[in-house]
Amino acid sequence: MSLHGHVPPEPDLVQLLTPEGVRVSHPDFPLDISDDEIQALYRDLVLVRRFDAEATALQRQGELGLWASCLGQEAAQVGAGRALRTQDMAFPTYREHGVAWCRDVDPLTLLGMFRGVSLGGWNPNENNFNLYTIVIGAQTLHAVGYAMGVTRDGAVGTGEPDRDTAVLTFFGDGASSQGDVNEAMIWAAAGNLPVVFYCQNNQWAISEPVERQSKVPLFQRSAGFGFPGIRIDGNDVLACLAVTRMALDEARSGQGPTLIEAYTYRMGAHTTSDDPTRYRLSDELETWRLRDPIERVRAYLIRQAGAGQDFFDELEAESEALAVRVRAGCRALQDPSPLSVFDGVYAEMTEELAEQKAGYAEYLASFEDGAHQIDEPVASS
Amino acid sequence: MSGLETLTMAKALNTAMRHSLERDPKVVIMGEDVGKLGGVFRITDALQKDFGEDRIIDTPLAESGIIGSAVGLAIRGYRPVCEIQFDGFVYPAFDQIVSQVAKFHNRSLGNVKMPIVIRIPFGGGIGAVEHHSESPEAYFAHTAGLKVVSCANPADAYWMLRQSIESDDPVVFFEPKRRYWGKGPVDLSDASSVPPLHKARIVRPGSDATLLAYGPMVATALDAAKAAVEDGRELEVIDLRSLSPIDIGTVVESVRRTGRLIVIHEAAVNLGMGAEIAARVQERAFYSLEAPVLRVGGFDTPYPPSRIEEDWLPDVDRILDAVDRSFGF
Repeated sequence: MSLHGHVPPEPDLVQLLTPEGVRVSHPDFPLDISDDEIQALYRDLVLVRRFDAEATALQRQGELGLWASCLGQEAAQVGAGRALRTQDMAFPTYREHGVAWCRDVDPLTLLGMFRGVSLGGWNPNENNFNLYTIVIGAQTLHAVGYAMGVTRDGAVGTGEPDRDTAVLTFFGDGASSQGDVNEAMIWAAAGNLPVVFYCQNNQWAISEPVERQSKVPLFQRSAGFGFPGIRIDGNDVLACLAVTRMALDEARSGQGPTLIEAYTYRMGAHTTSDDPTRYRLSDELETWRLRDPIERVRAYLIRQAGAGQDFFDELEAESEALAVRVRAGCRALQDPSPLSVFDGVYAEMTEELAEQKAGYAEYLASFEDGAHQIDEPVASS
Repeated sequence: MSGLETLTMAKALNTAMRHSLERDPKVVIMGEDVGKLGGVFRITDALQKDFGEDRIIDTPLAESGIIGSAVGLAIRGYRPVCEIQFDGFVYPAFDQIVSQVAKFHNRSLGNVKMPIVIRIPFGGGIGAVEHHSESPEAYFAHTAGLKVVSCANPADAYWMLRQSIESDDPVVFFEPKRRYWGKGPVDLSDASSVPPLHKARIVRPGSDATLLAYGPMVATALDAAKAAVEDGRELEVIDLRSLSPIDIGTVVESVRRTGRLIVIHEAAVNLGMGAEIAARVQERAFYSLEAPVLRVGGFDTPYPPSRIEEDWLPDVDRILDAVDRSFGF
């Protein structure tokens, strides 16, 4: 026996719906859910995937500068998103389109930064869904700070279901190497904060496999910080819902943080600028295709819940309508005025910036041919 | 506490935080050792005893965490006042300050404010080991979305910190650590005579040349101006106070009268505050200048070992040498 010879046991993977669409029970994570509710989750999954596919197409057609697809991770996101209560706060990366959907953020709003008409572009406090954060892992610290505020507001452990508040922060396997994520876990543990760390391990950080980030399963990292960690089947929306719900409940009641590792797979490229054929094999993709997060729910609904063709037909129609709305809405997103760059920099604009803005306005106005016409936003045809 | 008092800069800063804590329940103080210890410079002395551990927060030892969690607190409606223990320790928090704090208001379409104050004791002259004597202000002044100020005397320390905490924009607040123990009068009760936060101030009028300084170098510039009287020169001294935005109007107005400008700071001259000020002054007062704008600052080297820091730092003689060069042009 040597210290380096010790091999930890294979991690348990919490699963409540098999890839074949069979409901299974787990002794520690019972989920009381009706078939209607499962149908509603299925709807979420299908619509999120449709939106995501449309956004990818819009990028390919030049309507978006970039898109970060969530293909394959819909269950991980919808399960977590539907576990949130209204008063809870979510801190996403830039890929949580499924969580945004659950928070009622209009998909069109998400497109702004990818089209290049905004740098974020929504009010985090309107839907309790924070801005997308591109610098990897930075948002986990914002989440623990927010959770510090929740604690100071006395919104933890009161037992009032509409008052007690939890914070759910998202990050990926690559982000687990970031200092900010590790600092956030230290903060959360030291302060016993009501925050749930939700790591979507999609196996790839652009081209780097998760083995480049960690020698241990990621969920085990929490033990070193002093709070529980658990690995769930990230392609099983029921497991994601059940375990996240429990972790959020425990956070709200004052039991402190949890790390959830949602074991999933990034079926698409990192972003539309990426080419995964350079670094991963297609048979890996095929393996994961068999674990598709949507197909298993469909199989369950057909075989065990008796969902009729009408349901699927109606959803297909709704899905197409969403795609049409997203396509038209994206193309109608107007470019901001060149002068608008000055406006939000400060809550109270400085004199020197106001002067710079006025000077630029004067310069633009000096073009007699209207080449720098600023009053009419440039809409694409 | 009220009325005219004589306070050290350290006590003035402490009092400003105390009054801000009393005035606004959303103000929290956070940093390393700010609680029982009162901070390594004792600037937060006794605050935790009086306001509790929920409001005076001893954080884990991680600068990015201090600023990143302050962002979350601000989103939740708090006004965090963060202490970075020493100038050279701010760099681990650089992303959170530059990419998160500075940009959040803009990214949220103005919906979420970032009323965060980042207090940084800065500058040298205290015989410290490396990373404890730096002047990193230009990094932050270069960043849109941040406001950057530095106080030079106890009265400004009190009022500028009060104003910074009340600001809805993030403020990086540079405290000249070697002046912490200097005393001066502070009128704690009369806010009416207090200038706006981002206004420069003429601290000594003069007609022959303008010395522009901020933070620790204001006292040095004043000493130089006193010494210059022996040479028959009346030097005007301006305390810039705000490094972003820059109150260039006050500087230009002075240059129009004196025709000469010498900018003084401890930071390295290369791309320092002096470079920006020189550029702006020649843009606006070119025909008033009798000589090029000169800079007296740190050399473009790492901050030196402390046994030779007095050689490295700008002092009265180097300032007067620059004044001579200006007149000799």
